[in-house]
Amino acid sequence: MSEFLPPSVQAVLPNIIQLVYLVATGVFIFGIKRLGSPATARSGNQLSALGMLIGIIITLFDQQIVSFDIIIAGIIVGSAIGAVAAKKVEMTAMPEMVAIFNGFGGGASALVAWGEFARQTPAAMSDQVLVTIGLSILIGSITFTGSFIAFGKLKGFISGNPVTFPGQNFFNAILTLGTLVLIGWFTYDPTNQLVFWLIFGIALVLGVLTVMPIGGADMPVVISLLNSYSGLAAAMAGFVINNNLLIISGALVGAAGLILTNIMCKAMNRTLGNVLFGAFGGADSTGAGPGDTDKTVRETNAEDTALQCAYANKVIIVPGYGLAVAQAQHALKEVADKLEKRDVEVKYGIHPVAGRMPGHMNVLLAEADVPYDQLYEMEQINPEFKSTDVVLIIGANDVVNPAAKTEPGSPIYGMPIMDVDEAKHTIIFKRSLSPGFAGIDNALFYADSNQMFFGDAKDSLQKLSKALNELD
Amino acid sequence: MSGLIFNLFIFVLASFVGFELISKVPPTLHTPLMSGANAISGITIIGALVLAGEAGGLLGQLIGFFAIVFATINVVGGFMVTDRMLEMFKKKDNKNE
Repeated sequence: MSEFLPPSVQAVLPNIIQLVYLVATGVFIFGIKRLGSPATARSGNQLSALGMLIGIIITLFDQQIVSFDIIIAGIIVGSAIGAVAAKKVEMTAMPEMVAIFNGFGGGASALVAWGEFARQTPAAMSDQVLVTIGLSILIGSITFTGSFIAFGKLKGFISGNPVTFPGQNFFNAILTLGTLVLIGWFTYDPTNQLVFWLIFGIALVLGVLTVMPIGGADMPVVISLLNSYSGLAAAMAGFVINNNLLIISGALVGAAGLILTNIMCKAMNRTLGNVLFGAFGGADSTGAGPGDTDKTVRETNAEDTALQCAYANKVIIVPGYGLAVAQAQHALKEVADKLEKRDVEVKYGIHPVAGRMPGHMNVLLAEADVPYDQLYEMEQINPEFKSTDVVLIIGANDVVNPAAKTEPGSPIYGMPIMDVDEAKHTIIFKRSLSPGFAGIDNALFYADSNQMFFGDAKDSLQKLSKALNELD
Repeated sequence: MSGLIFNLFIFVLASFVGFELISKVPPTLHTPLMSGANAISGITIIGALVLAGEAGGLLGQLIGFFAIVFATINVVGGFMVTDRMLEMFKKKDNKNE
């Protein structure tokens, strides 16, 4: 498009493009800054989108671009797929969606590196370009196939259980090391096509092999990490084409993914190494039911729960992913509204791993119109349980299991949990007494202050809502 | 190699900015943050545009085409779904006022 510009402008066009990239960078940073508060977040996201648009439009003025057919075709196809997916996706399926988008981002970065390699003669490329092409291909390809495996695990196409074989970690380590050596070789001798294809091929396989052994319950960590990788891949592509906008944006995304990965690991009391190599956490557990048969649980029903809640001063709701699976968010909101009408103070306590990705539960509740100022983080809400009359635990299990505090031998020992056992009464909404993903029995089920409300979460909440109506 | 060193400076400094900015985002917004950041990583589309639009060979253009499709899915889908989520947060904000 540069031919539409006067010659005097064309002469300084490369500089103008770089300056506009600088503007786009600033817009991205402001956009992310505005994501820091729910009130400004939407405009922040729109600002980031504007930054992207600025970057894309000014790039079209690049003098190297002479034909637009392929560009237009690619943008139309990509936009259509992206827009349909974004409009159609259910909020419960956000983790899958983000996983697959990550994959496309990483894939695009790998393709850009490949394209740069294909269009230049190997001898003309500097060491910097070659080594970053290698790294771009490596990170981008791992992100690409790894994300698709994560997507498959979340969707249930692939078993959520860890898929392992003997010596897997050793094998993966050898492959990773081998690829790095190959990248060194590739930098030394870029004319050897075989080396390039080996790097590409092994990286694609590595993505599969590194995500397969990770259990379904650990997917929040994996998605966060892949998000970080997709940023790193973009930054690497920026090194290849020597573009600061890519390097900076990629670094921002890489940092975001890493912070979220760290938060998720802490919330599960696991190290990143343990998540990646520990092969822990299947999606569903079989066997390992409650060991002691003489322990008794107290059962409750809608009418009793309604009475207890209606005459309480303060009720805290602790939701887990089971709530979303049962599609019970709206029924829950209805119950909360009725309690508030009776001047009961209602708050929601959200554990960091309550959903299937960081902040997932908050989005699910926001969709059901729960005001975000009623949502409290674990650290904020934990001191409040002592002064709480009733805690409703819906579809959550491990995040309220006192074994995390009291039993050093338990697999979840040390994991930060919601201190619901300090409240006067707890009511657990659950289908049965089956243990959670870790297959660990929950002592809270048998506590004197606890009652079980058996049944489907949505069904139970609707009954509770009806029972609240009949109290008057 | 001086170009590489210069780029590394930019990369490391930008990472610090990223850590500062993102550690201030509250957990409530972590899902939109992730999908929004995801959309930003589609910035790699800029490299794809040059590949697809230049006069080079068929292979380069073909790679460029797929790179554009992938990156555009990421950009358009990512920003749109983030907007959809944040709209739900925004709505409550107005109601409370």
